[in-house]
Amino acid sequence: MDLVVLVAIQVLYAIASLALISVGLAIIFGMMRVINLAHGEFLMLGGYAAIVATSNGMSIWLAMLVVAPIVVGIIGVIVERTIIRFLYGRMIDTMLATWGLSLFLVGLTTAMFGNTTVGISAPLGSFQIGAYRTSVYTLFVIAVATGVLAGIYAVMRWTRLGLLARGTMQNANMAAALGVNPPRVYAITFGVGAALSGLAGAVLAPVSGVFPTIGVAYVAKSFITVIGGGAAILSGTASASVLFGTINQIATFATTPVFGEVALLAAAIVLIRLLPQGITGRFFRRGL
Amino acid sequence: MMLDVQGLRTGYGRIPILNDVSFAVAEGEFIGILGHNGMGKTTLLKALMGFLPATGGRVHFGGEDVTALEPYRRARLGLGYVPQGREIFPALTVYDNLRMGCAKQVGAEDDVIETVLQEFPRLKPLLDRLGGALSGGEQQLLAIARCLCGKPRLVLLDEPTEGIQPSIIEEIVDTLQRLRDSSGLTMILVEQNLDFIAAMSQRILIIQKGKITREVQPGNLGDPSLVGEFIGITT
Repeated sequence: MDLVVLVAIQVLYAIASLALISVGLAIIFGMMRVINLAHGEFLMLGGYAAIVATSNGMSIWLAMLVVAPIVVGIIGVIVERTIIRFLYGRMIDTMLATWGLSLFLVGLTTAMFGNTTVGISAPLGSFQIGAYRTSVYTLFVIAVATGVLAGIYAVMRWTRLGLLARGTMQNANMAAALGVNPPRVYAITFGVGAALSGLAGAVLAPVSGVFPTIGVAYVAKSFITVIGGGAAILSGTASASVLFGTINQIATFATTPVFGEVALLAAAIVLIRLLPQGITGRFFRRGL
Repeated sequence: MMLDVQGLRTGYGRIPILNDVSFAVAEGEFIGILGHNGMGKTTLLKALMGFLPATGGRVHFGGEDVTALEPYRRARLGLGYVPQGREIFPALTVYDNLRMGCAKQVGAEDDVIETVLQEFPRLKPLLDRLGGALSGGEQQLLAIARCLCGKPRLVLLDEPTEGIQPSIIEEIVDTLQRLRDSSGLTMILVEQNLDFIAAMSQRILIIQKGKITREVQPGNLGDPSLVGEFIGITT
């Protein structure tokens, strides 16, 4: 029984971390069709932002939940205004430009922080489940992921900003004819996607540590999750995270973490073969 | 004059479509624009809305020079656009499509939509449906209603009867005539449906090869030789 609870928590954690690292990309790629190969570096920058802020005496909660998203969100807006906005509709060029940006950011952080892993110790300690112990921080990550998904749903569904973003992504010219300024919506949307990536990078930093090339570990999984999820960014990311996270964690539990990753990738290939439009191409089609 | 177009030229890339279009529209007028396919009717509306850059000439709207303004700025000044093909947001509900029409925030969203819906009773039971799931006629009504949510002073209406069932065409005529009489709306209508354009317009401009070549009265559209010559439709 204790083992079941422990595995359940770990499965939830795997789902939550997949959802967290993917959701910013889901907004940038899913809504704006921008293939942002620097997505992993946005996560990495979120981690560094939190570490720099805490090492300057700031509370770790403030650093992770406020500073990291704001810093990376601002970086996102700058990137959109200086690079991405000239490349809308030019997918290959965007990939090249964001790949270049990714290399630049890796180089820059290596120069600033060195090519070593820095960490912040996870707060909150651990708790006992029968014969097992697990960290409270695991539950915190699950809570943050849930909160982020709920927050995005609320913004998309009930706020004017969410509506304007959805409308503009569906038909920018028509939105403009109704008085919406599409470039502004694009900049804000990109900034929000970047901010959520920064938040994810910071929240996962105590678990994984931060080093300049950590983005590589994130970016493939994020793309797999977003593409597996399909067109509806929120229900897509959530359902793909549930599917891949569960498979990954169960396989990890049954065998080894390496095989867990393999199982995740194999599941992704089978899924895309069966559902080329992703999960929300067939299910939850009315979802956001 | 509410809209004053002087010597407007535009085109796609280096292919000129409009050369030297001039006309004016007074407040409260309903103007029809008639012409063959490919004469530049839709291009004219796109240029007026700012989707195609003017390569020559001037456009004044409400006394202001809007020739170089972006589409969203023209919309905020009071230009409304109901494009060919309707361009409903397919994955938004009917209600959210109407909310998009309120993007300019000319009043409290719910009140504006409520008022507009009184003119479009057919849309009321459809508010929770996705825009893409509506029939062509319903989408056309929705496109007009969405445009009206922005309280435009001048509406550009591009072929609203294209591919629409006759019962809804009548409904559109009734609604637009009611709005013309009650709310002082101004409208430029591009059409190929002669009955529709005759029922709606006070004057009709004929467009040929990118120029306004003639103005006719709606009553004269019954004259087969005139219609054959300028519109290319033999009755």
